[in-house]
Amino acid sequence: MTARPLRACLTGVAALVTLTACGDSGAAPGGAGGPIAVQAKDDACGVARAEADAGTITFEVTNGGSRVTEFYLYGEGDRIMGEVENITPGLTRKLIVEVADGGKYQTSCRPGMTGDGIRAEFTVKGAAARQADANTQLGEATKGYQRYVNAQVEPLQTKTAEFVAAVKAGKVDEAKALFPVARTYWERIEPVAESFGDLDPRIDAREADLEPGQEFTGFHRLEKDLWVSGLRADSGKVADQLQTDVTEIVNRAKTVELTPLQLANGAKELLDEVATGKITGEEDTFSHTDLWDFQANVEGSKAAVAALRPVVEGRDAALAKTIDERFAAVQSLLDKQRAGDGFKLYTDLSAAEVKAFAEAVDALGEPISKVAEVVAQK
Amino acid sequence: MSGLSRRGVLGLAGAGVAAVGIGAAAGVLASGEPAPAPRGPDPSAPVPFRGQHQAGIITPAQDRMHFVAFDVTTRDRGALVELLREWTAAAERMTAGREAAEGGAVGGSRQAPPADTGEALDLPASALTLTIGFGPSLFDDRFGLADRRPEALVDLPHFRGDDLDAKRGGGDICVQACANDPQVAVHAIRNLARIGFGKVAVRWSQLGFGRTSSTSTAQATPRNLFGFKDGTNNLKAEDPAALAEHVWVTEGPRWMVGGTYLVARRIRMHIEIWDRTSLAEQEDIVGRAKGSGAPLGQTAEFDPVDLHVRGAGGVPLIPDDSHIRLASAESLGGARILRRGYNFTDGSDGLGHLDAGLFFVCFNRDSRKQFIPMQQALSAHDRMMEYLEHTGSGHFACPPGLAEGRFWGDDLFG
Repeated sequence: MTARPLRACLTGVAALVTLTACGDSGAAPGGAGGPIAVQAKDDACGVARAEADAGTITFEVTNGGSRVTEFYLYGEGDRIMGEVENITPGLTRKLIVEVADGGKYQTSCRPGMTGDGIRAEFTVKGAAARQADANTQLGEATKGYQRYVNAQVEPLQTKTAEFVAAVKAGKVDEAKALFPVARTYWERIEPVAESFGDLDPRIDAREADLEPGQEFTGFHRLEKDLWVSGLRADSGKVADQLQTDVTEIVNRAKTVELTPLQLANGAKELLDEVATGKITGEEDTFSHTDLWDFQANVEGSKAAVAALRPVVEGRDAALAKTIDERFAAVQSLLDKQRAGDGFKLYTDLSAAEVKAFAEAVDALGEPISKVAEVVAQK
Repeated sequence: MSGLSRRGVLGLAGAGVAAVGIGAAAGVLASGEPAPAPRGPDPSAPVPFRGQHQAGIITPAQDRMHFVAFDVTTRDRGALVELLREWTAAAERMTAGREAAEGGAVGGSRQAPPADTGEALDLPASALTLTIGFGPSLFDDRFGLADRRPEALVDLPHFRGDDLDAKRGGGDICVQACANDPQVAVHAIRNLARIGFGKVAVRWSQLGFGRTSSTSTAQATPRNLFGFKDGTNNLKAEDPAALAEHVWVTEGPRWMVGGTYLVARRIRMHIEIWDRTSLAEQEDIVGRAKGSGAPLGQTAEFDPVDLHVRGAGGVPLIPDDSHIRLASAESLGGARILRRGYNFTDGSDGLGHLDAGLFFVCFNRDSRKQFIPMQQALSAHDRMMEYLEHTGSGHFACPPGLAEGRFWGDDLFG
C-alpha cells in the first residue's frame, strides 16, 4: 500500500495532553485582549504588548522594513512555540500560537531571515489546565509495543535473507514459498516501517503506485519476476537491494519510540491497509497471497491494541470488549481459509467470502478508530 | 403544438428575480451591513446558450450534472458535421427550457415515437448548460482532423496510483450537462444521445448530485464528501483577468481561441476509512479547519493561505503533504485551474461500501502547464491520496462559444 508516515501531529508529551497542536480551530482567535500587533522593521521589533494570558495568542506581524523577515515566539532554551516566515516588506501576516504554560518567553523578528533576531522578553500569565502524563500504564504500553516490534524485526531480517538467497540461486519454487512468509513480519509492523518515508516505497511499492521514472524495486518487483515474467538479469541486484533496505528498516525500527496515540492510530491504519489493499486483492496482484498479508496486518493491529489494552479496559471496558469480539470474528473468517501452513489464494475466494471479510473488517475498524480518543483522555 | 411549450414564463420570471437578487446583495455589501449567506442566481432561469465562451464553464455552478462521453461510430465526416448541427439546434432549445424539437413530446404523429422523450415537460430551464468538448481520439485519421489537433490536447500521462477503468474514460466527444434539476440534465443528455444513434454511441457517463465548487463570488462554498469546504480558492467569474490568464486559450489552432481545456477525473473516495480518521488528522490532510474552512493557522475561510506559519518545534501548521499546500499556486509556480466538480454516489461496491466520490472537472488554458503538474504533485505526495482512487479520466478541447447562426464544431470542421 501507499506510504502513510506514522507522523502524528503530536510531538512530545505536551501534545498528548492537548490535542490543540494538531490544528484545533475551536479556540477563540486572539485570546484575551485581541491580536497583538508586531511592527517589524530592519532594526526594530515593536511588540504592542509584552504579556498575554496562557491559551491562544495571536500576533499580527507587519513588515515595515525593507528586508524579508520572520517572527518567532520562543520558549525556554529557544524551543520554537510558533513562527511565521517569509514576510515580505509591506505585508501583514498572522501567527496563532497555543501556549499552555505561563512563564518567560521571547519574541523575535529576524530581518533578512538570518541571525538570532531582535529579541524581547514576553510573559505568559497563568496556565491552561494541563496534567503531567503520570500514567504509568501508557508508559508501559509504548514499551510493550516496542518489545513486539523488536520481536518481529529479527525474523523479518532472517526470512528476507532466505528469500533473497533463493531468488539469487534461481530457486523459484523455494522463493515463492518464502515470499509470503517474509512479508508477514513486514506487514505486522508496517506503520512503523512506513514512518521511514523513503524506504517503504523502495521495499513495498506496487507497480501502479510508481511515480513516472521511478524504478520498480522491492518485494513486488520480485513477486512479478517469480510469478509472471520469470527471473530477470537484474533480479539478483533487486534482491540484494531489498536485503539492504530491510536491514536498514530493522536497525531504525529498533530505536523508534511511538507515543500511545501513535500506537492507537497505527492499529487503525493497519486495518485501513486491509480494507483498501487486501480486500481488493491489489496488494499481491501477481502471487495472490493477499490473505497472508491480511492476517499479518490484523495481528499487528491486535498487538498495538493489546499494548494499550489496560488503559482502554480501565477507561472504556465496553469498547475493549467490542474490540475483542470483533478481532475474534475476523480471525474466525481467516481461519476458514487456511491451507497447509498458510492460506488459500485470494483468487480462490468467492464473492460472498470477500464480502464477509469486508464487513468484518469494517465492523472492527469502527471501534478501533475510537481507541485514540480514549487514550488521549486526561 | 404550442400549448405544452416548456417553462418559458417561469424562466422569464426567474431572470427578473435573479437580477433583483444580485442587486440587493450588492447593496447590502456596499452599505457595510453584514453580508447574508451568498446565494446564486435564480435556480430555474435559463442561461444564454450563445456567447463569447461556452456556457457551463464560468456559469455559477449548478447543483447537478450529467456528463457523457461519446465514441463517434460513423466514418462519414459529413454525417458527423450534420449531427453536430442537429445537436446544436436541440441544445439551444433545451437550454431555453423547450423540448428537443418543436412539439417533440406529444405534438407529433400518434404513429411515431415522440421526438422529445418528455420527462422534462413542465420543468423550468433550471439553468441548464450544455458544454461540448473534443477528445484526443477524434483527431486520428478518420475525419482528416489530425493536423487540427491542438498541441495542448495531449493524452494524459499515468499518474501515480491511477486505477483507471477503460469503461469510464476517454471518448471522441464529451457533453457536460449541468442544471439545478437533475431530471433536466439527464433529459438533455438522453435526447442528445438519441439524436446521435447510428453516428455516435455513449462510451461512458457520470451523474453528479451536488456541486463541489463555486465559480462565482455570489455562491457559498459547498462541501465535498469528506465534509470539507472545497474550492475556496477557485477562480471566479468575477475575476476576468485571472480567467484570461488561467482559463481562456489564446494560442494554438484558431478554432480553439477563446476556448478552454476540460479535464475530468472520476475520483472514488474511501469514505468509510476517512470517517474513522480523527478530526485532527483530517484537518492536517486537507490543510483547513473542517468547520470554518479557514486555512490552518488562520481564522476565516477566505483568509489567504499562509504556507509559512510554523507551530511548536517549527513544524509547518499546513503540513508539507497537505492537500492545499501541494495544490496551491505558490507551490506550482503560479498555476491555477477553474474547478467545477460534483459529488457522486453510484450505488455501492458490493462489499458493504458506498461507491462514492468526487467527479472532478476542471477547465484550464493548457493542461500541460496547469492540471498535469498539479496532479503529478498531488498523486506523488498528497496524504489524501491514501483515501482516493482515480477510476476514470478524460481530456477534451472545448471550443469557444457560438455566435448567432454558428453550430458546434463548425470552425473545427470548416
